[in-house]
Formats: sequence, structure tokens, C-alpha cells
Amino acid sequence: MAGNSTYNPTNPVEKWLDDRLPLVRFSKEHLMDFPTPKNLNYWWTFGAILVMCLGIQIVTGIVLAMHYTPEATMAFNSVEHIRRDVNFGRIIQGTHAVGASMFFAAVYIHIFRGLYYGSYKEPREVLWILGVIMFVLMMATAFMGYVLPWGQMSFWAATVITNIFAAIPIVGEPILQLLRGGFAVDNATLNRFFSLHYLLPFVLAAVVALHIWALHVPGNNNPVGVEVKSERDTLAFHPYYTMKDMFAMVVFLIPFAWFVFFAPDILGHPDNYIMADPQVTPPHIVPEWYFLPFYAILRAIDFNILFIDSKLGGVIFFAGSILVLFFVPWLDRSKVRSGSFRPLFKPFYWVFVLNFIMLTYLGAQAAEGIYVVLSKIGTAYYFAYFLIILPVLSRIETPAPLPTSISESVLSKSAS
Amino acid sequence: MASEATTETTKRDFLFVATGAVGAVAVAGAVWPLIDQMNPDASVLALASIEYDLSSIEVGQSVTIKWRGLPVFIRHRTQAEIDEARAVPLSELKDPATDEERTKPGHEQWLIMIANCTHLGCVPVGEAGDFDGWFCPCHGSHYDTAGRIRRGPAPANLVLPDYEFVSDTLVQIG
Repeated sequence: MAGNSTYNPTNPVEKWLDDRLPLVRFSKEHLMDFPTPKNLNYWWTFGAILVMCLGIQIVTGIVLAMHYTPEATMAFNSVEHIRRDVNFGRIIQGTHAVGASMFFAAVYIHIFRGLYYGSYKEPREVLWILGVIMFVLMMATAFMGYVLPWGQMSFWAATVITNIFAAIPIVGEPILQLLRGGFAVDNATLNRFFSLHYLLPFVLAAVVALHIWALHVPGNNNPVGVEVKSERDTLAFHPYYTMKDMFAMVVFLIPFAWFVFFAPDILGHPDNYIMADPQVTPPHIVPEWYFLPFYAILRAIDFNILFIDSKLGGVIFFAGSILVLFFVPWLDRSKVRSGSFRPLFKPFYWVFVLNFIMLTYLGAQAAEGIYVVLSKIGTAYYFAYFLIILPVLSRIETPAPLPTSISESVLSKSAS
Repeated sequence: MASEATTETTKRDFLFVATGAVGAVAVAGAVWPLIDQMNPDASVLALASIEYDLSSIEVGQSVTIKWRGLPVFIRHRTQAEIDEARAVPLSELKDPATDEERTKPGHEQWLIMIANCTHLGCVPVGEAGDFDGWFCPCHGSHYDTAGRIRRGPAPANLVLPDYEFVSDTLVQIG
């Protein structure tokens, strides 16, 4: 797809630079003239929105690190100091905290878009795998960032999540001590989490570059899932999609700003305004909303499976719920990419979406009664969707007829 | 690159493998300190043993103390609690242990346990749950009056630290 640029430097300075480091040519090929399918809908704007989110987190984060103290007795107060005393600190800290939630909201939409339109299918498997790696990096970064304010929820989230590693047979306990730097979560843990929380976003940015590289080799997927066949199917990225993406960013920033300015704490927990106390666990500990579906899966396994005890079982399902995403390109063998042309796939997909929302709800409820039963059903469907439904559907389904090209599908729509 | 392909082992092959092996050892040696620095440091390990005076804990009372950064329950059990724990048949237990195994002979009224739920490490609430012992609010594990797991996702009984009675009222943990 690259090499479509018409860049032809005339200015001698540009020509001199182009022979040594073709920076302008590269930008023109990949940021301006890049041929992009002309039928992309608004679900395709979330890639750009995610880049913006990462940028917001890095900029606000670097500023916060100028005022934050990663020390167990001072961390909690330093965050309060930022919110009360530092100029605009309330807004900057609020943007960083709300920004994490908005980042996850956008990434979930981006992932579900990929799952519906089959964006993981050949030849975009590596693109998808890089995406899953970024999702894992995001979760690690967000978790460690949540520990930094050193409130009760921070402390107990750190305790519970590091304890997950203790479930690994034999080496679990040494790994747990290595991660914590002590027998319990303490100052050493806080310090290293701060160090890694600062590092990982830059690793993430590097993988974003690979993700975009892997995108620009085959080019974008699109809502009909038919590959680009001629120039008539595409538009230049700039100005058509730069403008569309920027419009979507502005719309996305409206709820973002509402949270920051009117309800910066609505997504958090009051318990996190109590300083960390290793002697007392809050009566109801809940992770941030974006971890709830996976938390529900972790809790759903409260029974032993053969020789695997309930704790290890929960951890295996918890890790498996993310690892299974790596294999989606090989589990869904249907040649048709877009869900729009797959009559059987569609209902199962939407049940999967509703099931994911149900798991989010269940993760926030107490682990008792009907909630436990529903969590088990939800967990079963989550895994069945990937491991049974997708492979079976790709064998038995008769897809609807596909348009011969992107431009044909666009024209038939505007004619009707 | 005109050298002929040969299947014979030469001195050069040996040097190649030997250099690679030495290089791998050097890399491992350089990486190990960078990993080991994350393990508990000398100041953390120095706090590994404490003494606690039990004389102020009345029957039916519990305290939570800190040992190696971990919370530890010390419960002065009532006779009813001891009897209840002893009446449970081992076949009903997920992680079988008798009440005697969980206390020290002659000091059966004292139950000393690390206060982290064996599931994911929350501190359970005392005198709660369906077995009159502890209840973990995080994921709903119930422990009985000997701190044994009875129901819920936790795989094991509350962990006993190494401890011994220095006298009838003084206990050394660690």
C-alpha cells in the first residue's frame, strides 16, 4: 500500500533531506496520501481516538510525576496536595484519572469493532496480535497507576492482583515476593509500580507504532470486509479521514470533559479516599469498571476442577479470557470478514456483547447467591463463543452474497 | 563466501560454541542482580521475628498485629469455640487439619494465624460467616473457629506463622 506517494521534492533543501532521511516522504505516504477504503464508518475513528488518549495520559502523567511522591507514608497526601494546592492540579489529576476510563471505553469499542467486522482475519493476524499485546500493556499500566494514590482500594487491589501470581504451583510464592519486594505490599511495591507505570506507556507507544506499521502493510479492513480492488475504492487519508477522525475526537471529548469538570470521582470509589491500611480490608472491594468482566470470570471459579484447586482455576480462566484473544484469527475460519454478511454469526455476536456487559455488572456485585450462578453462565458463554461457536459457525454458515467491490456497495447504498 | 561446505567439526566451530556459551553466562550474570534487587531487602528481612505480650487479651477478644508487614490475628478463644472446632469431622474439611494441629499443646485457647485470606489476600472479618469464625468480604470465603476453610474460593486454611510460647503470656512470632 505504501509507495503511492506523488512526493517529488523540488526545493533543494527538501531534496537534500530526502536523499538522507526521507522523513517528509514517509509522512506523506503514511499520514497524508495513504489510500484508505472510502466506506469506513465512525467505528473506525477509535484508532485515532486511542492515539489521542495515550497522548493525554502521557502528557498529564509527566506533569503529575513532577508533584507526586512515591513513598508509602507520603503518596496519599501528595495526591491530595496535587488536587488541592497545585495550580490546575485538580483538573490535571482529574483528566489523568478519568482519562484511564475513557481510554478503556475507547479500546473496548475498538476491540468489539474488530470482532464484528473480522478485522483479525488474514492478512491482519499480526495487526490483531499486536493489538492484544497493547491491551495487556494497558491493563498492567492502568492497574499500577491505580495503586499510586495509595488509598484503601489501591492497596487492596495491589494485594489481590499480586496474589494472583501466588496461585502458580511451586514458584508462585517466590514470584509473589519478587513482585512485592517484601512479604506484603509495602513501600517497595509502591516504588517499583511508580517506576513501571512511568515506563510502560512508552513501551505502549512503541507497540502503537508497530500496530500502525502492521496496518499499513495490508491497509484498512472496512465495513463490507471486501479488500480494496482499485483506486476507485479508496480516498486519501488526508484530508478525508484526518477530518473525520478529528470530528470524532471532538465528540469523544464531550463526555470526557463532562466527567473531568462535573463528576471526576463518579467512576472511582469513596474507599480510595481513606489512606492504605494493611490491617483492614474494605467490606466491599471492587476493581475499576474496566476490569470488572475479567474480575467476574476470576470469581466465577469457586470450585475445584479435578486436581486444580479453585484459586488456580480462577486464575487460569482469568488469564485464559485474555489469552484466547490471541487465537481468534485461527478460531474463526469463516472466509467472510464482515459480520454484516453472516446471518448466523450476528445473533451470537450480539449475545456475546450483552454477556460481556452482564459480566461487567456481575463483577461489581457481592460474590453470593444468584450473582455467582450468573457469573458462571457468563464465563461459560465467553469461552464457548471463542472456542466452540466461532469454529463451528465458520463450518456450517452460509454467508449472504458479498458486493464485488467497495465502490459497488457504496453506490448501491446511495442509489436506494 | 567461496568456502566449501563441510560437515567436519573444526576448531572454528568449537571456538564459536565456546564464545557463545561464555557470552550467555556473562549475560545471565549481569541480569541476575537486576532481577534480584526486586526481592525483599535486608531491612525487610531484619523484621522477621517479633515478641507479643498476650496478657491484655481477654477471653473472646482478638487483636490484629503486624509481622513482616503482614497482619496477624491473635484470638483468645472461648471454650465454646474450641468445642465447636473439635466437633467437626475431618471428612467435612476442604483442607483437613485437626484443631490440635492448629494450636500449641497447653495453649489451645490461643489461635495465631496470618490474617490474609488464602484466596487473594484480603483480611477476613472476625466472628462472622456461616461457621462462626471468619468471613472474607472480597470473594466470600468462610472460615471456622479454628481458621479452617469451610466454603468459598479459598483453597487452604488460614496460614499459621512459625511461633512459640516463650512463657504463658509471651509469644514469639517468626
